[in-house]
Amino acid sequence: MSYFDNFLIMRSEVSLLTVILFLLLFDIIAGKKGKKYFQPVAILLFALHTLTNLVPAVAGEAFGGMYQYHPVMTIIKTMLNVATLIIFLQSKHVFDGNEMKNQRGEYYFLTLSTLLGMYLMISSGHFLLFFIGLETASIPLATLVAFSKHCKKSAEAGAKFILLSAFSSGILLFGISYLYGTTGSLYFSEVSTQISHNPLQIMAFIFFLSGLFFKVSFVPFHLWTADVYEGAPTNVTSYLSVVSKGSAAFVLMTLLFKLFGNYLYEWQTLLFWIIIVTITVGNLFALRQQNLKRFLAFSSISQAGYIALGIISGSVLGMTTVIYYIFVYIFSNLAAFGVISAIESRTGKTDIPDYKGLYQTNPKLSFVMMLAMFSLAGIAPFAGFMSKFFIFSAAAQQGFYLLVIIAVVNTIISLYYYLRVVKAMFIDQNGQPIPALRTDSWNRASLILCTTAIIFVGLLGFILDMIEKQSFGI
Amino acid sequence: MEYTLFVLLLPLASFVFLGLLSNKLSHKASGMIGTASLLMVALLSYFAAGEYFMTQKTGALFQTLMPLNLTWLNMGANLHIDMGILLDPISVMMLVVISTVSLMVHIYSLGYMKGEKGFQRYYAFLSLFTFSMMGLVLSTNIFQMYIFWELVGVSSYLLIGFYYTKPTAVAAAKKAFIVTRFADMFFLIGILVLSYYTQTFDFGTLTSGNSAVFQQAISTQFLGASALVWAMALIFVGGAGKSAMFPLHIWLPDAMEGPTPVSALIHAATMVVAGVYLVARLFPVYVLFTPEVLQGIAYVGAFTSMFAALIAIVQTDIKRVLAFSTISQIGFMMVALGVSKFEGHEGLGYMASMFHLFTHAMFKALLFLGAGSVIHAVHSNEMENMGGLRKQMPITHLTFLTACLAIAGIPPFSGFFSKDEILSATYLYNTGLGVWMTLVAGLTAFYMFRLYFSIFWGKEKQHAHPLHESPKSMTFPLIFLAIPTLLGGFIPFGQFVTADRAPYTIHMDLMVAGISVIIALVGILIARKLYQHPEKPVTVPSGLKGFHKAASHRFYIDEIYLFITKKILFNGVSRAFAWFDRHVVDGFINGLATATDWFSIRIRGFQSGEIQWYAWVFLFGTLLITALILFI
Repeated sequence: MSYFDNFLIMRSEVSLLTVILFLLLFDIIAGKKGKKYFQPVAILLFALHTLTNLVPAVAGEAFGGMYQYHPVMTIIKTMLNVATLIIFLQSKHVFDGNEMKNQRGEYYFLTLSTLLGMYLMISSGHFLLFFIGLETASIPLATLVAFSKHCKKSAEAGAKFILLSAFSSGILLFGISYLYGTTGSLYFSEVSTQISHNPLQIMAFIFFLSGLFFKVSFVPFHLWTADVYEGAPTNVTSYLSVVSKGSAAFVLMTLLFKLFGNYLYEWQTLLFWIIIVTITVGNLFALRQQNLKRFLAFSSISQAGYIALGIISGSVLGMTTVIYYIFVYIFSNLAAFGVISAIESRTGKTDIPDYKGLYQTNPKLSFVMMLAMFSLAGIAPFAGFMSKFFIFSAAAQQGFYLLVIIAVVNTIISLYYYLRVVKAMFIDQNGQPIPALRTDSWNRASLILCTTAIIFVGLLGFILDMIEKQSFGI
Repeated sequence: MEYTLFVLLLPLASFVFLGLLSNKLSHKASGMIGTASLLMVALLSYFAAGEYFMTQKTGALFQTLMPLNLTWLNMGANLHIDMGILLDPISVMMLVVISTVSLMVHIYSLGYMKGEKGFQRYYAFLSLFTFSMMGLVLSTNIFQMYIFWELVGVSSYLLIGFYYTKPTAVAAAKKAFIVTRFADMFFLIGILVLSYYTQTFDFGTLTSGNSAVFQQAISTQFLGASALVWAMALIFVGGAGKSAMFPLHIWLPDAMEGPTPVSALIHAATMVVAGVYLVARLFPVYVLFTPEVLQGIAYVGAFTSMFAALIAIVQTDIKRVLAFSTISQIGFMMVALGVSKFEGHEGLGYMASMFHLFTHAMFKALLFLGAGSVIHAVHSNEMENMGGLRKQMPITHLTFLTACLAIAGIPPFSGFFSKDEILSATYLYNTGLGVWMTLVAGLTAFYMFRLYFSIFWGKEKQHAHPLHESPKSMTFPLIFLAIPTLLGGFIPFGQFVTADRAPYTIHMDLMVAGISVIIALVGILIARKLYQHPEKPVTVPSGLKGFHKAASHRFYIDEIYLFITKKILFNGVSRAFAWFDRHVVDGFINGLATATDWFSIRIRGFQSGEIQWYAWVFLFGTLLITALILFI
C-alpha cells in the first residue's frame, strides 16, 4: 500500500477538510460582494460533500491501523452530514441578520471542524487519534457555545462547557494512560486482546468511559447539559443535541463492542443502572421546565437513555436499532429546533408559555412542532414510535425485561411533557400570541425535509434492513 | 407487464394532486383531471387484459405473473410482508371491471355532482378509492390485501359521508365503517392464525395446493376444529362484512346516503364484491383443505340472497331496492363459490360466480346510474313521487329496462347466462338448493319489475318543474354500460376464468334455463299486472300483513343489533369496564403522576448552576461507579 492509498481510505475526512479550507480561504479573500454568497456556497459545498461520500466502500485500515474504516461508518457519517446540513439550512437566516453577520465565516468553519473531529473519533483505531478527534470536536464547540458575543448567558455557557470538557478530558486521559500502562499499547486491536479483569484496568476502563458518558450526557455526567443548551445560540444547541450526541453514542457503542468486548458483563451492569437513572432523571427534570431549550436538553438526556437501551443488548439487532434510533432522533429533534430557531430569531421568545395560541397565527409551524413532539414521545405511526419499538424489542430479545418495563413507564411520563407543548400551541388561549411569521426558504426546506422523514421513515422498512446489512462485522 | 404498476400509481397521483390542490382548482379542472387519469387507467387495464389473455398461457393453463414484488417488512426468518403486483385471470378480470365502472362513474359525476360543494374533494376521494380497490385485487399476499382492504374501507367511509352536513349521511358512514371494521377484526385474526401456522402470507404458496404448507395448521385442533378451519372461517367473516352477507349486511342499505354514483361504484360493482374476490382468491385452500367452510359459505349465501330479496320487495326507496338486490345478487355469487369443486366440469360454480360478478357489476352499475338519473330529475328517492317517466327520459328508460331484463335473467341479456350457470351449479350440488335459488331468481324478476313499472309507467306525478332527460355526461355512461349488459353474456367466460385455470366450454343446461326463464317471466308478469297501471294502490293481502310489516322493517335485524350493543354491551359490559378503567387503570396512572411530581420537586436542587458542584458530581459519580463495579 502506497502512502497515497492511506489518504484514499480516509477520503471522507480529506473531502471534509477540503471544504473547510476552501471556506476559510473564501471568507478571508472574498470582498463584500462575494461574501453575500458565502452561506449558499457553504451549504451547497457541504451538500456536495455529503453526496460524494454517500456510497459505502470496502472496509480497510490506514496508517498502520491508526485509522479504520468500515462501511457502517459511512452510514453514521452520512447521518451526521445530513443533520449538520439541516442545521446549516436552519442557521442561514440567523447569520443573514445584522447582529451576527460578521461571524458567519467562523460559524461554518468551526462547526465543520468539530465535525471533522467526530469523523476521526468514529474511525480511529488508536487512542491517540481518538483523543485528537475528541479534542477537535470539543474545543471549537466551546467557542460556538459562547458565540453570541453580546449575550451573557452564552458566555457563561461557553465557560462551563470548556471547563467541564477539560475536566472530563483529564479523567479520560487518565484512564487511557492506565490502559497504556497495563497493556503496553495504544492500538485498539492490541489493547482489546490484552484486557483482563485486573482492577486497575477496570478502573481505567471506567475513567475512560466517563469521558464519553459526559459527551452523551448520561446521568450523573449530565449536569452541564441544561445550562449549556439554554445559553448557547439555538443552532449550536441543536448541533450539540443531535450531531455531538449522536456521534458520541455511536463511538461509545463501537468501543464497547470492539475494544471492551471482554468486559461485556461489567458494562452491561454499568449501563443497566445508568439507563434507569438517565431516563428517569431526564424525564423528571423535563417535567418542570418552562424554557423550551432547557426542556429539550432534559428530553435529550432521557433520549440518550433510550439509545443506551439499544447498546446494552450487545447484539447486531441492538446495534442496528441504535443507528436507526439516532437517525430518527436527528429528524425529530431538528424539526423542533427549526421551529424554535425560526421563532426565536424573530421574536426572541423561547418559553413554553410564549407558544400559547401559536396555532392561530402560525398553523404550519405548530404542525411541524406537533409532529416533532409526537415523534420524540414515540406516538404511532410516526418514525419515533418505530425507533422506540425496535430499541425495546432489541433489549427484550436479550432478556432485559425489567429495563424495558421501566423505559415504557418513562415513555408514558414523557408523553405528559411533550404533549404540554402541543397543548400550549393548540388548546391554550392567548390574547397576544406570537405574530404570524414567515421563515426563509432555506429553513422551510429543512422543516419540510424533517417532517417528511418523521412521517415516512417509520413506514419504509428497507432502511432498517439496509443498516442491518452494514452493521455486521463490528 | 410491469406497466400494470401505473394502474395503481395513476389514481394515487391524482388523489394526491387533487387532495393537495383542491382549493386552487376549478370544479371543471379537477373533474377533468380525475377523469383523464381514470381514462388512462382504463385503457391500460384493457391493454393488460388483452395482453394477458392472449399471451400468458403455457399449454392449456393461464400463468400467474408477478411483475413486481418487493419485500416490505421482514418479520422473522421465514415470514415477510411483500408489496407487489399479482396478475392472474381473476385479478385481470377485476382490473377491467373496476376501471370500467370507475371511469363511467367519473364521467357520470361530471354531470350529477355539478355545482356541489366539495366537488374537488369528491374526485380526490374517488381516485383514492380506485387506487385502494386496484391495490386490493392486485395484492400478491394476504397482508398486502388486508392493508388495501382497510384503505378501501376508509375511502368508502369518506365517500358515504360526503354530505357531511347531513346527519343521516354521517350516521350511515359511521355504521358502514364500524360494521365492516368489526368484520375485519375477524379477518385479521384469521390472517394471523393462518400465517402463524403456515409461515407465509404469500398467495402463491397458499394456493399452490401443496398440503405440506398446511400440515401444522390441519393437525392443530382448537375447540373441535382444526386451526386451518378456524382461520379460513374467520377470513370469510371479513369477506362477509365487506360483501354484506347476513347478518353483517346492515350497513349497505344505509350506505345509500352517499351520492348515487358512489353507490354505483362502491356498493354495487367493486367494494362489495371484495368478499367474493377474497374467497375466489383463496379458493384452492377452501376447496381442497376446508370443504366444510365452503359449505357454510354456500348456505350463508343462499340464506342471504333469499332474505334480501324478500326485503327488496317491500322497499319504497328506489336506491334501497337496489341495495337489497345487490345483497341478494352477491349471495348468488357466494353460493356459486360455495357449491363449486376444483376441477373440470365440477368447477362450474367458480366460473359462474366470477362470470356473474362481471355481468352484475355492469348491469348493477347501470341500474344505480339510471336510478341516479331519475333522482336527479325528480329530486326524490321515493317511488311514490315517480311514474310515467318513460316519455320524459327515453334514454334512461331504455337502458334501465335493459338492465332490469339482465338482472331478471331474460335471454339474451348478460345476466341470463351468468345466473343460469350459477343455477346449474347449484342443481349439480343439491336439488333443494337449486330450487331455492330458482325461487330467489323469480323474486328478483318480480321486485326489479315492480321498481321498473313504478318509475317509468303508471300515472305521471305533478312536479315543481318540467322533467327532462339528464345531460350527455350522464346518459353516455348509461349507454356505454348498456352494451356489456346486452352482449356480455356472449363472452366465452369459461375460456378465461376457471378454478383450475384450464379452459372450459360452457354447456347450457336447457332444463335449468327453461325453468328459470319461465319463473322470471311469471315474476315480471305479476309485477306488470300489479304496477303497470295501478288504478288503485296495491293492497297487501291480509294473510301477508305480518310478513309485509316485518319485511318493511328489514326483519328487525337493525333493532336486534341495537339491543345487543346498547342494552347488553354498553350497559352490562361497558359499565363494568368503565368502573375498572376509572378506578384501577386511571388510579395507577394518577398515582404515577403524583409520584413523578413529588420526585421532580425533591431533586430540583441538583441542577444548581454551579460548575464546582457539577465537577464534583462528575468525579464522585465516576468513583462511585468504579467502586460499584469492582466490589459488587
